[in-house]
Amino acid sequence: MKQLICIVCPKGCHLSVDEEKDFAVSGNSCKRGETYGKMEIKDPQRIVTSTVAVTGSVYVRCPVKTDKTISKRLMFEAMKTLDRITVPAPIRLGQIIVKNVCNTGANFIATRDIR
Amino acid sequence: MSESSNKIYDLIVIGAGPAGLAAAVEAWNKGLKKILVVERAKEAGGILMQCIHNGFGLHYFKEELTGPEYAERFIDMAGKTGIEIRLDTMVLEITSDKYVHIVNTIHGYEILQGKTIVLAMGCRERTRGAIGIPGTRPAGIYTAGTAQRLLNIEGYMPGKRILILGSGDIGLIMARRLTLEGAQVLACVELLPYSGGLTRNIVQCLYDFDIPLYLSHTITEIKGERRVSGAVVMKLDEHRKPIPGTEIDFDCDTILLSVGLIPENELTKKAAITMDPRTKGAVVYENRETSVPGIFACGNAVHVHDLVDFVTEEGQLAGAGAANYVLAGEKDTEQVVELTNGNDVGYTVPQHIRPGKMENSVGVYFRVRSVHKEPSVISIVSGSKELARLKRDHLAPGEMERISLTKEQIRSATGKISISIEGGSK
Repeated sequence: MKQLICIVCPKGCHLSVDEEKDFAVSGNSCKRGETYGKMEIKDPQRIVTSTVAVTGSVYVRCPVKTDKTISKRLMFEAMKTLDRITVPAPIRLGQIIVKNVCNTGANFIATRDIR
Repeated sequence: MSESSNKIYDLIVIGAGPAGLAAAVEAWNKGLKKILVVERAKEAGGILMQCIHNGFGLHYFKEELTGPEYAERFIDMAGKTGIEIRLDTMVLEITSDKYVHIVNTIHGYEILQGKTIVLAMGCRERTRGAIGIPGTRPAGIYTAGTAQRLLNIEGYMPGKRILILGSGDIGLIMARRLTLEGAQVLACVELLPYSGGLTRNIVQCLYDFDIPLYLSHTITEIKGERRVSGAVVMKLDEHRKPIPGTEIDFDCDTILLSVGLIPENELTKKAAITMDPRTKGAVVYENRETSVPGIFACGNAVHVHDLVDFVTEEGQLAGAGAANYVLAGEKDTEQVVELTNGNDVGYTVPQHIRPGKMENSVGVYFRVRSVHKEPSVISIVSGSKELARLKRDHLAPGEMERISLTKEQIRSATGKISISIEGGSK
């Protein structure tokens, strides 16, 4: 039995997940909490947000995020894919910056317009 | 002023952050057409533009957005209207008869007049000076928000070995952000026996990276001549006095302060608007009107919020209030009900409710003073009568509560309404 705090919403339910009973979740107050509890013990997932260097604009950094969650253990590896990238302006919100980050199927996309 | 007739706006909004944008868009949708938003930064969006992490918008948009994405939605909405936004423009003063003194490098100094004004200046961070940490004054001490701007907007790393004082949300967010960028975050040190940040941030920003959280500890000395070279952290007793012998030395080159936010209200005070010493914002009615008729306030300028979604909600209330003030004029309001702190409640917003002006129900925000881990009850009482009882599984000062009161409940109040917490072990 593992104890964890649900982070799906600010409520922060205290969940218990029983690995021996097919990751049965208790303590949750919604369906999303159950999904989170199962996933967090089986294979924790995170959205990764960061920035990339920009050229040709008054802005020097463009914020980015993975367009879906990736495995928590790949966070640092995913960060490395942004290290040597420079993106020319203009950049559109939603524009793909890095495709298929660490073979997860997730892309890093821009989270704002850069003119 | 010969041009003065051209310069009378239906509404002048001070600040183009989430509160100000929501107020302007709502006022437009409710029928005001001459709206000006004045913003001192070079772009709209406010502090959201440097909050590149996700988790914004779960309540309002029912999806998780990053700060810039949340801001862009409202910037887009405003862009589709005739709302005028003046960037890079400083408001010097507002007066209680609703003149707004502004200055920028293009038009110089101008005095504009608004039929209504919405105050949406946001808040600012408490600094080292505000908490008085002893020690030298080397480089390398930043508020968490300044470090966030340096890293996310300007593209500079503020340091390599980082100690964070205070467990407010921005400090927690920066702990994760700096760790992902290759810095070593040594610890997060919190004066109180509990964290002031949201649970999800404790979990995702500290636990995920094994960053220790020292509760009931504080920095008692900062070392370093030109640059921070270390800090001493000590455990505190129940009177928040350092306990001798508990010194921990940290070999850090940078200290981030995440020790609270203060609503920004220099303009508000200058206009002689009544302030609430509990929130450090203006005293407001249910529609966010202040003590000066036609001047409204919303967002972090009124009280510090945890979630931008509620800032938006409050901006919309103020915008709708301003529109109603211009289009329908002042209505007689026979009854004003004051909300007061009961047991373990720190403040309420709004502070006053006029049932004659409210919709069918009104949302009341408040914060508790201590952590309640066991189920407890929010009791809403007027005179000897209990108007409502609401159960909560978990209450904490770091998590703003929101309850809803109906017009009927407010109408039935005899005198003040008090909100208090019963039960729930601390």
